[in-house]
Amino acid sequence: MIRIACIFACILSATALPAPGQDASLDVPKSVVAGTAFSIPAAGSGKATLYIAGPDGVLKRDVQLGQPIAIAASELDDAGHYIAVLASNSSSQTAQFDVIAANQPASISFLARPSRLPVDLQNGITGAVYVFDSYGNLITSPVPVNFELSVASAPAQTRTVVTNLGAAWTGMNSATKEGNAKFMAQAGNVSATRVIEQVPGEPCGLKMSAQKVGDKLNLVTDPLRDCGGNAVSDGTIVTFTETWGGGQTTVDVPLKRDIAQAEVPAHMGARLSVATGVVMGNEIRWEGKE
Amino acid sequence: MIRRILVLGTVLAASGAFAADQPSLQLEPTNLRGPRPLAKQTETAVVHDYLQAWQGMAAAMDQNRPDLLDQDFVGEAREKLAATIAEQTKLGVHVHYQDRTHDIKIIFYSPDGLSIQLVDLIEYDEQVLDHGKVVAVQPVHARYVAVLTPTEVQWKVRILQSEPL
Repeated sequence: MIRIACIFACILSATALPAPGQDASLDVPKSVVAGTAFSIPAAGSGKATLYIAGPDGVLKRDVQLGQPIAIAASELDDAGHYIAVLASNSSSQTAQFDVIAANQPASISFLARPSRLPVDLQNGITGAVYVFDSYGNLITSPVPVNFELSVASAPAQTRTVVTNLGAAWTGMNSATKEGNAKFMAQAGNVSATRVIEQVPGEPCGLKMSAQKVGDKLNLVTDPLRDCGGNAVSDGTIVTFTETWGGGQTTVDVPLKRDIAQAEVPAHMGARLSVATGVVMGNEIRWEGKE
Repeated sequence: MIRRILVLGTVLAASGAFAADQPSLQLEPTNLRGPRPLAKQTETAVVHDYLQAWQGMAAAMDQNRPDLLDQDFVGEAREKLAATIAEQTKLGVHVHYQDRTHDIKIIFYSPDGLSIQLVDLIEYDEQVLDHGKVVAVQPVHARYVAVLTPTEVQWKVRILQSEPL
């Protein structure tokens, strides 16, 4: 394939000062840790200009040939690939090198999801982490990340995951008991914590009883619990249905202090049922007494 | 199997001094870490937006216009590139980047769906100009790690960082 860019580049380089035929290799370390001082030997005599350029930074400095060129620690702290050019009137030396992230974590980006979920869900909580050095560079060398999910009522769940190119993730189970959990990620001395709210799951069994009060039936559920014994949240809607003589009466009521109750007309032979969400409760046929 | 895809439409070709030559792309099979599956549409969108980001970066660096980064970059990546452009402007330097080939592999899709990480073995030409005079042209072969996050209408690059080959 014809590479137009290459041709274009060659034409452009022909216009560069000095001529490309005089290019020589510049002795620059192959890789430098971000925020570390280093020096570049500069043979010859006279004045020249040093350029260091890459997407993550650029430097330009007039230098004296014959003396090492010192690059201070603060001058190159963004990880990336750079080209270095030492250009004088008579020659041009070039090199390429990498600035790499420091290995010491200084900050982490921690995303935990969801912020609220039902209890007792396998791998229902996930956390993803990116690890950075003090200059905001992604640390691409392996770093162990400790994840810990702790609740008051149970031992903490812990996992250690080694980052791959700066990223690590884990999945955790929500606890069997409702309440807030602290989800922490730690890399080196840096940590971040998120709070996960664990709420009761679906009711585990739904039972009602009926009692005649005047010409009405008072329908009352037993206290609603999920399968872990957690009280189902107040406000959960419970639906009572009375079917009698081809007609149907439906009453939706919110759960209050763990129970729901409603009054319906007391029709002899009526069929009474109760449900909440996807959970069906027991059925009663009213024959004058339960 | 490696799929070879002809890349980029006229939108991408319109930007950048070198943009007449479109880069070629090799998309490696995804080997994701993490539980979240990657839909084909998502993969296509991510790769498209990542390549477009290279075009955007090249134009911004070439013209020393940080505003051209807004379309494709957010967060740390945008800040770092904008800082480079500010320094270039101060020094009277600008840099042409012409990406020639990309060999991309998506390696991580976070469980929450809010970030995708890819690795790109890239070849590009870097041309440094000082007050309009070409100082050097270098072919570069580098390995970039990028993290993209979804925005309203596209994926944007949040981290763009090369690491040693």
